[in-house]
Amino acid sequence: MSDLTKLTIAGARDAMRKGDTTSAEITSACLTAIEGAGALGTFVHHTPEIAADQAAAADARIRAGDAPDMCGIPLGIKDLFCTKGVPSQAASRILEGFKPEYESTVTTQLFDAGAVMLGKLNMDEFAMGSSNETSVYGNAVNPWRRGNEDTALTPGGSSGGSASAVAADLCLAATGTDTGGSIRQPAAFVGITGLKPTYGRVSRWGIVAFASSLDQAGPMTKDVRDAAIMLGAMCGHDPKDSTSADLAVPDFEAALTGDIKGKTIGIPKEYRMDGMPAEIEKLWADGTAMLKDAGAVIKDITLPHTKYALPAYYVIAPAEASSNLARYDGVRFGHRAKLAQGDGITEMYEKTRAEGFGPEVQRRVMVGTYVLSAGFYDAYYNRARKVRALIKQDFETVFADGVDAILTPATPSAAFGLGENMDPIQMYLNDVFTVTVNLAGLPGISVPAGLDAQGLPLGLQLIGRPWEEADLLNTAYALEQAAGFVAKPAKWW
Amino acid sequence: MSIDTETARRVAKLARIKVEDDALPALASEFSAILGFIEQLNEVDVEGVEPMTSVTPQRLKRRDDVVTDGSQQEAVLKNAPDAREGFFAVPKVVE
Repeated sequence: MSDLTKLTIAGARDAMRKGDTTSAEITSACLTAIEGAGALGTFVHHTPEIAADQAAAADARIRAGDAPDMCGIPLGIKDLFCTKGVPSQAASRILEGFKPEYESTVTTQLFDAGAVMLGKLNMDEFAMGSSNETSVYGNAVNPWRRGNEDTALTPGGSSGGSASAVAADLCLAATGTDTGGSIRQPAAFVGITGLKPTYGRVSRWGIVAFASSLDQAGPMTKDVRDAAIMLGAMCGHDPKDSTSADLAVPDFEAALTGDIKGKTIGIPKEYRMDGMPAEIEKLWADGTAMLKDAGAVIKDITLPHTKYALPAYYVIAPAEASSNLARYDGVRFGHRAKLAQGDGITEMYEKTRAEGFGPEVQRRVMVGTYVLSAGFYDAYYNRARKVRALIKQDFETVFADGVDAILTPATPSAAFGLGENMDPIQMYLNDVFTVTVNLAGLPGISVPAGLDAQGLPLGLQLIGRPWEEADLLNTAYALEQAAGFVAKPAKWW
Repeated sequence: MSIDTETARRVAKLARIKVEDDALPALASEFSAILGFIEQLNEVDVEGVEPMTSVTPQRLKRRDDVVTDGSQQEAVLKNAPDAREGFFAVPKVVE
């Protein structure tokens, strides 16, 4: 078979079961593609030996007729996931040299299902960023370019390496994590599918924590069917994560009928932002029309507190980060600064953290420290948590009124140039359409739906009811069928 | 709200991140910009709203209060920058 790296998970599964190809062949094709794609900055730790062993084991399982859906599928794993014996750095200098003695629940489940790890993927440091420019490894680069220009574009962030690797066919799919949009925004920027599950659907155990009440891992895949398959393998109850939901895992793939007749799709007026590019506006209108043509009922809705989601997020996420990142102190793992004569333990902490954390992480840890400090806790942190409750209530109200899913743009623009967007607050605005979903703990999916005038992909986001990923995936599947997005980036790397 | 360099110094100290004196004014101005952005939250009427404690209405699971893990000294110390004789080693903290 040719073009093995271009296979979807479903396509590879079916081909391997029929005996048309093997995991060893697909894995080897991916490893070759990765070797030739250094310019994309995606894979930051390579694990070809692990991949070869896992592929051989997967092929044996497939031959024995005992193979789950993910068996033999070569994946990239975001550097935020702890993988036993393999560097897991969260793209930070402070975790330089850290090799976990344990395996995250998500990667354990994927590997138990027979999936193959090709290596670890680039990301923003501690998942803090929207352009993959805060990584200690350097930038990940978008495989797409504007027209005939050779300006390097961002693949988005924080799961930028995951997005770029999937879009460039270096792996069949990748894991991502999403705290404010870190799966959905990069997926939209590179023309792939990215799903953030309901908070609690996927175990957070063994994933380096950023903001624990918002973080959720999910699949980044070439299409909606693959997202359904991979989510099934990633999720489920985990006693090691106290916020993991003890709910049955449905067969997400079986839910993909494409029939959304009679479903009610909400269109929130607050997502029509001032200065929104006409192309995004049109994409959204086109997507609405597609769902209507597929038999859905379109309903104008209001989510009145949308405007306050980003400011609330930029209190809550830094506050939780300042607490979570307190563990990086140069004592138990990772980097420790060289100390001067007479330096005590406080100097060790301060120098280690100054050297180990990049500027954006330092900024967020300090903002978080400030909003939690005596005298400001009520004014900032408690107020933000109250606004968060109101944002969640907005969604509960529209769902109670019979809305099944909400359609919005995924991002306010197409991918921008690396280095073009250096102001922190401007950067934060990238997550304006995605961050509400994390604050409300809902499932959200980004589906590629069109190209802009410069030939760059644009995505639409669907937001579902809590725990109803199966229904959400089916709506996304209907949208995918109608949009018929098949464009791929022209290979320049 | 405008953050002065003294406040920036205090926050850096609380966060245990060393910031050189000459970097404090720029840091203070970044904080001011971010807090200015956050201050939009003051427009919201939050009267009578309870601060969210859990995004999904679930009761944390309980388990029996028994030892479930342990005896992994080697694994625990494996990644330490400085481990000696079964302990994490740090600069002297007690005179």
